[in-house]
Amino acid sequence: MTVAIVGVGHTSFQSTTPDISFKEQMFEAAVKAYEDAGVNPRKDIASFLTAAEDYYEGYSIFDEFVPDQLGAVLRSVCTIGGDGLLALINGVMQIETGLFDVVAIEAHSKASDILTFPGIVTHGLDPIYNRAFNVHPYFVAGLEMRRYLHETGTTREQCAAVVVKNKQNALSNPSAAYAAKMTMDDVMNSEFVSDPLTRRDISPLADGVIVMVLASEEKAKDLSDDPVWLKGVGWCSDTPWIESRTWSTAEYARLAAERAYKMAGIKNPQKQIAFAEVDDWFSYKELQHIEALGLCENGEAGKLLEQGNFSRNGKLPVNVSGGRIGAGNLLEASALQSVLECVLQLQGRAGTRQLKDAETAVAQSWRGVPTATGCVAVLSSEL
Amino acid sequence: MNVKRRVAVVGAGITLFRRRLKETGKELSYLAANAALESAGMTMDDIDCVVMGTAPDAFDGIHMKADNLLDGAGATRKPYSRVYVGGGTGVFSPIGGWWHVASGLFDTCLVVAEEKMSPCIPHPQTAFRTIWDPIITRPLNPNLVWIFALEMNRYMKTYNIPKEHIAMVAVKNKGNALDHPSAQLAAKITVEDVLNSETMVWPVQRLDISPPSDGAAALVLTSEDVARKFTDAPVWIDGVGWSLDSAYWTNRDLCFPQYVAEAAKMAYKMAKITDPPKEVDFAEPYDPFTYKELHHMEGLLLAKKGEAPQLTADGVTQRDGDLPICPSGGLLGVGNPIAAAGLMKCCEMFWQLRNEAGKRQVSGAETGVAQAWGDLMQVGTVTVFRR
Amino acid sequence: MSEKVKDLRGTRLSAADLESKDTITFRGRPNAKYAWSAGIAYTKYLEELKNGRIVGRRCRQCDRVLVPPRMFCEQCFRATDEWVYIKGTGKINTYSISYLDADANRIKTPILVAVVDLDGASPGIGILHKLGNVDIEKIHVGMPVQAVWKPANERKGSVTDILYFEPIKEK
Ligand SMILES: [Zn+2]
Repeated sequence: MTVAIVGVGHTSFQSTTPDISFKEQMFEAAVKAYEDAGVNPRKDIASFLTAAEDYYEGYSIFDEFVPDQLGAVLRSVCTIGGDGLLALINGVMQIETGLFDVVAIEAHSKASDILTFPGIVTHGLDPIYNRAFNVHPYFVAGLEMRRYLHETGTTREQCAAVVVKNKQNALSNPSAAYAAKMTMDDVMNSEFVSDPLTRRDISPLADGVIVMVLASEEKAKDLSDDPVWLKGVGWCSDTPWIESRTWSTAEYARLAAERAYKMAGIKNPQKQIAFAEVDDWFSYKELQHIEALGLCENGEAGKLLEQGNFSRNGKLPVNVSGGRIGAGNLLEASALQSVLECVLQLQGRAGTRQLKDAETAVAQSWRGVPTATGCVAVLSSEL
Repeated sequence: MNVKRRVAVVGAGITLFRRRLKETGKELSYLAANAALESAGMTMDDIDCVVMGTAPDAFDGIHMKADNLLDGAGATRKPYSRVYVGGGTGVFSPIGGWWHVASGLFDTCLVVAEEKMSPCIPHPQTAFRTIWDPIITRPLNPNLVWIFALEMNRYMKTYNIPKEHIAMVAVKNKGNALDHPSAQLAAKITVEDVLNSETMVWPVQRLDISPPSDGAAALVLTSEDVARKFTDAPVWIDGVGWSLDSAYWTNRDLCFPQYVAEAAKMAYKMAKITDPPKEVDFAEPYDPFTYKELHHMEGLLLAKKGEAPQLTADGVTQRDGDLPICPSGGLLGVGNPIAAAGLMKCCEMFWQLRNEAGKRQVSGAETGVAQAWGDLMQVGTVTVFRR
Repeated sequence: MSEKVKDLRGTRLSAADLESKDTITFRGRPNAKYAWSAGIAYTKYLEELKNGRIVGRRCRQCDRVLVPPRMFCEQCFRATDEWVYIKGTGKINTYSISYLDADANRIKTPILVAVVDLDGASPGIGILHKLGNVDIEKIHVGMPVQAVWKPANERKGSVTDILYFEPIKEK
C-alpha cells in the first residue's frame, strides 16, 4: 500500500462553540488542510469523504450539508457511517484503485449542539432488547469495565491513572479542550455513573473539525517533503449483541490490528511501534486497547501504565495528544485526532510534546457505546 | 487514471418489497445476503468484507443503525463499512464494494442494502422532517414532496413538457413490475388513471409517486480471479461515478440534474463509453417520481435535454423498445425501500446481463447503466455493468 | 428477481397487524433534542429578518451575491467578502401547490410553495418560501412577487418573519 497523508488542518477543540456553525468550522479546517498540502480543492482533489452519523448531527441525511464548505461541490463526495479513521481507510482504498490520486477526509464534532446526548446514545441500543431499561446508556460500559477488571485483575486506580496521564499530556497540546493537572483522588472520588465507572473515567465531549489530504505515492512525493505513509490499515466489527460479547478483551481492535500489522509487516509491535494513539472514550478502554494492539500482554496494561511505561517519556508513549480524555471527545472525529497526533509527531511538528526519534506509530479507534467496531492504522515517516 | 483491478458481480439476492414486512432490519439484511450468497454458490466463509447501504437512521429508529444491522449482513468479526449518500445510497453501495475489491485489499465483498421504513410513525415521511436545514428551512414546515414538485414544475416549464408524457412513465413501470415477483405496486394502468389520481403536491399526483417500503437486496462482488472460480458468467462493474452538488438547492437551476451528468461522465469515462445512447443497451435510472426517470435519462446523457418525454411517448423506452428503461418496473412498480431499491436496480442489471430475467428479459443486453439520486435533489450515483 | 430463484423471502404484514397492540411492534420515541449553532452568516441573516431586511454575502472573485448568506464561496472556495442588502422583491423561479402537511396528512387548504429568485441577488439565487394573497390559477413561473412581513413587534429572527410572498401588480 502506498498512500500518504500530505496535509492536515483542524480547528482547536473546545467544550462549546455557540458562535460558529459546523459549516464555518469545517471551512476553517479545510482551508488549513489544503494550505498544508498545497492543493486547490476545486482543481486538485477528486474525492471527499466525511465521517458522520445523522443523530449526532440532528439532521437526517447529513451529507447534504457537506460539500460547499469543503470545496467539494459537484465532485465525488460521500459519507462513511463510521469514525474518521474508517473514512480515511475508505479514502485510502479509493486511491488504491487507481481512480483518484488526491482525496480529502473530514470528520467533526458539534457535540455542543446536542442537548440530550444520553438520549442519542440510548437510541443506538437495540430497540427491542436493550432500550427498555430506562437507564443511562453508559451502563454498557459499566458492565464491560467490571468484567475487564474482574478478569485481568486491573484496578480502578490503574484506570484512574489513565485519566491523570491523559489530562496531563493535554497540558502540552494547545488544541486540547480538557487539559488539567488532576490527582488520583480527584478521579477516584468523582461520583459513579455506572459503578465501577465514575464521571472522570468518562471523556468529556468537545467540538472540533479535522480535515486531511491523502495522496498516491507519486503525488505525495510531488506535494510533500515529509509525507506520512499509511503502512497498514485494519478495521473490524464484533457482534452487535452486547449480551454475547467478550467483555474482557477488545476483539474488534485485536482483529483490526492483526490485519493492519500484517499489511505493515509489523511482527513485534512492542518493538516496532514507537508510540500509539488509542481510543480512551472511557479510561479502562485505553488499557483494553493497548492490550488488543499487542503493545503489552493481556491484563498487563494497567500495571505498566502505573509504572510509567505509557507516559510521554516512557518506553511506549500512549495518547501523548491527551486522547479523548484530555483533548476532548470529538465523537467520530477523535479517530482522526489520533491520526493527526501521529502525523504531527512523525513530521516533528508536535511542539513541546514532540517525541524523539519516532518513526512508526499506530492509531486506533472505537465508535463508542454500544458498538464493538473500530479501526487501526499504522503510520510511518518512512515509505 | 487507470483502474488497477476489474471487479465482477457473481451473485444477487432480493426480498419481497412491501409497505410492511414482519422481519426486522437485521432479518431483512440476512434474507437478501443469504439469497445473494446462494446465487453465487458461496458461503459467508468466502466473503472477506461487507459493505452496507442504508438510508437515514430515522426510518429504522436506530442511531448508528449500520452497527445494529451488521450481524444480519454477515459482517460479524469482518471489516465492515457503511457508505452513505442519502437516496443515492442504493447504487452507491456497490461502488463502495467496488473500491474494496478494486483496491486489491480484498478479493470478495458482500454488498447489502437494507431499508425498513415502516417503523417510522405516523408516516415514513415524518423522518424527512429532519432532512432540512433547521434554521432556514424547517421553520417553514416543509413536506419532502414540495421540493420534487418544485423541480418537476421547473422541468416541465423549461422544456414545455406535457403531463401526459410524464404519466406514461408510471404506466410503463407499473406494467413492467407485473413480471417482478418482489413488486409492491405492479399494475396495469392508463395515462388517464395517472392524470386523474389525487393531487399530492401539484404537479405531483398519487400515481406519480413510488411507495415507502420495507425490503433488502444484496450483491456479491469479487476480483477477476475469484469470479472465474465461481461462475462462467460474471458481470463486470466497468464504470462507477458519483457526484454531490451544493446544499443550497434554491441556488441551482432545477431543470437539469447536473450532479447526475457529472457522475455519468465519470462512469462512462471509466467504462470507455463515448456515445451513451448507442453503447448502453438498457438503463435503470432512479424513478421515485415519474418525472425523475425522464430527468435522469437526460442526466445520464441517454437523451438530450428535454427530449426524454418524447422518447417515452414514442415507445423507445419500453422493454421491447430501442432503449429499454427500468425493465425491472423501477421504484414506481417494484417499490421504494430507499437503499434497497437502488441496489434492486443493480440486481436487475445482473439478471438482465446474465439472461436470467425471465419475462422481464430485454434482448441483446450487453451493457447496462443504473443510477440513483438523493439528498436535497443533489446527488447522482451511477454504475455501468457489462456481461 | 432471477428466474433461477424460486422462493421469495419476506413476510408481509397488513396495516391491522402493525396497529394491533401485540408483540409485533415495540414503540419508542428518541430523546433527541438539539440547539443548532446558527453561526456567523445565519445569525446575521436572522437578525436582519427581524429588522425586516434580507441580507446576502458577496464573493468578489466570482462577483456573486449569495442568499441565504454564507461565509465561504463554494465555487471559488474562499471566504466571502461583504454583506449586501437585498430587496424583498423577486420573481417566481418555480412553484408547487401542496395538499400534504409535513407528516403527509392531506390538508384541505393547499400550501403554496415557491422558490423566489430575489432582486439584487445573483441570477438563479433563490430562497424557498410560501406564496399568499394570490389567485392559484394565476401563479406562474416568472411572476413578480414581494415579501409580506410580520409586524415588527411580532418578528423573532426567523424565516417566518416573512409571512409569504405576494404578487406585485404588473404594470
Ligand atoms: Zn466566488
